[in-house]
Amino acid sequence: MFIKKFAQALVATALLLPAFAQANEGASLPPAGNDIRNEASLQRGARNFMNYCSGCHSAKYVRYNRVAADLHIGAAELKKNLMFTSEKPADTIVSALAAADAKKWFGTMPPDLSLIARSRGTPYLSAFLHSFYRDPSRPTGVNNTMLPGTAMPHVLSVLQGVQNAVFKTEDGKPEFEKFELIDKGSLTPEQYDEFVRDTVNFLEYMGEPIQAQREDLGVWVMLFLLVFAGFAYLLYKEYWRVVH
Amino acid sequence: MGNDHHTTSQASGLWGWINARFPLDKMLKEHVTEYYAPKNFNYWYVFGVLSLVVLVIQLVSGIFLTMNYKPAAADAFASVEYIMRDVEWGWLIRYMHSTGASAFFIVVYLHMFRALMYGSYRAPRELLWIFGMLIYLCLMAEAFMGYLLPWGNMSYWGAQVIVSLFGTIPVIGDSLSEWIKGDYFISDITLNRFFALHVIAIPLILVFLVVAHILALHEVGSNNPDGVEIKKHKNADGHPLDGIPFHPYMTVKDLWGISVFLLIYCGIIFFAPTFGGLFLESPNFDPANPMQTPPHIAPVWYFTPFYAMLRAVPSFAGTQVWGVLVMFGAIALLFFLPWLDKSPVKSIRYKGPITKIALALFAVSFVVLAYCGMKPPSPTLLLTSRIFTAVYFAFFLLMPWYSRIDAVKPVPERVTYHVH
Repeated sequence: MFIKKFAQALVATALLLPAFAQANEGASLPPAGNDIRNEASLQRGARNFMNYCSGCHSAKYVRYNRVAADLHIGAAELKKNLMFTSEKPADTIVSALAAADAKKWFGTMPPDLSLIARSRGTPYLSAFLHSFYRDPSRPTGVNNTMLPGTAMPHVLSVLQGVQNAVFKTEDGKPEFEKFELIDKGSLTPEQYDEFVRDTVNFLEYMGEPIQAQREDLGVWVMLFLLVFAGFAYLLYKEYWRVVH
Repeated sequence: MGNDHHTTSQASGLWGWINARFPLDKMLKEHVTEYYAPKNFNYWYVFGVLSLVVLVIQLVSGIFLTMNYKPAAADAFASVEYIMRDVEWGWLIRYMHSTGASAFFIVVYLHMFRALMYGSYRAPRELLWIFGMLIYLCLMAEAFMGYLLPWGNMSYWGAQVIVSLFGTIPVIGDSLSEWIKGDYFISDITLNRFFALHVIAIPLILVFLVVAHILALHEVGSNNPDGVEIKKHKNADGHPLDGIPFHPYMTVKDLWGISVFLLIYCGIIFFAPTFGGLFLESPNFDPANPMQTPPHIAPVWYFTPFYAMLRAVPSFAGTQVWGVLVMFGAIALLFFLPWLDKSPVKSIRYKGPITKIALALFAVSFVVLAYCGMKPPSPTLLLTSRIFTAVYFAFFLLMPWYSRIDAVKPVPERVTYHVH
């Protein structure tokens, strides 16, 4: 009895561990709200990425034709709307920005975005793209509450507009309170939210293109194993009937 | 059994031809069809065979990963992404291997805990236990070296931290850590040698030790939840009265156990391969960068109990070596378990309340230390780590005393078994 209860407690604790780990990792950031099974959103995200991100950021592990195949984008459409730096659909997404120029202009090479959703998490990416604010003291004229001192200019400010960050002083330290939109962009705040959601969705897709297929296949694997386990259990019971 | 061997070796056909030249039939009988296992095994006894299943999974998936992986600092990270994206079923092979690493430690920890509960390390199984501990050591070396291979940023800094532990040893420390790395820092050279050790040297030793572990087990016979020796009561044929042939009885039972294991294992592979950042840590999706430390360096979960102990010990007399000694001491103590336990009974079923509480506290301390080792250091966690490090050591160091004075219940002559 003791051992059984104890084992149960042990297993319960072990199962809780990943929950602890997760709770602390994405500390208080709201979920990005994206859905990698929403193909229209992924297609819009691909468009956003190619138009606004890929000028500076590479996604050097992602191939154009893989994106086209997974997101059901035709060959002609792919070349016309999504391929700006390469001619061959089997190529990976490499930016046109030379490393030397990047160093000169931004002080650093913009990171490759193939795996950014896996290393930072989608809540962070969504928050990051929402958190640029006007800061005349920075060379780019903007700063970001998620990554203070970021070298990245706010390339989406045409869409989002310009926002000010309001800080309140607490214990002598400035603490971020909220953003105030001071200059409207071409998108409404709701449209901008959707723009970011689609873009983050595509970033998550790029991080692991197989994700949706993996889960689909997983359902069949689990069903097979359930049936298999059922028969294995019956076989075990049948054999052990004679054990006294 | 000698007679059986004699008659089958005279059988005709291919079977007879082989057995006249190689003891195939004899081995099958000795280790499978006529190996008598106690019939009162409970589900705790499935973790041994599961360790074997995971070993095979790791060996086979490892072979296929090796076909596509490039052990060079400039190519390693990209080759893993190549496996994940371009190699047919590469993602599945890689997740099998990465999930398998964690699964290996889960089943081995449960297997070891089973031995702690039922006294499976006691005479005449001391050598069996020591082979098992050596397997555990190999497993840790294998996991540590394998973790460098994806060349992610956590791979890099994790290896940096662990190798620097050797650097704390007085006098020889610096040259030792240089010798391990083959360089002044973790580099292409380190990656190359870790690859060699991970794919051939250690697996070879591991397989050899597993064979020795099983041979030792089959020589002395399995322990069981009652901790009584089934060989004491034999029938006219010389078979233990409370034993049943491993095949088919244990094999069908294990098949059921394996299918439950596969349900959990495949559930993780297909639905949560990173397991919330525990099995595949998010900083490891950034390539190794010697110029940029991850915000918080921690080893993978299966090392964190020992990592927490390392951090719990303050530096003293100008050296950090004490923490390292405590950490290695925590593992070394396990080797001495057969001689620390002075109880007249083997199984927890017949041991007294002190031993039960001690074992429970030990398990709790292991889990709490694992949690502390994952988190960034804080004063509360430091205090918690110190308390539970003390509990962990007390479990072993006080054992000769409490195992002797603790009350015991009478041990039955035969195993307790209820027909189910």
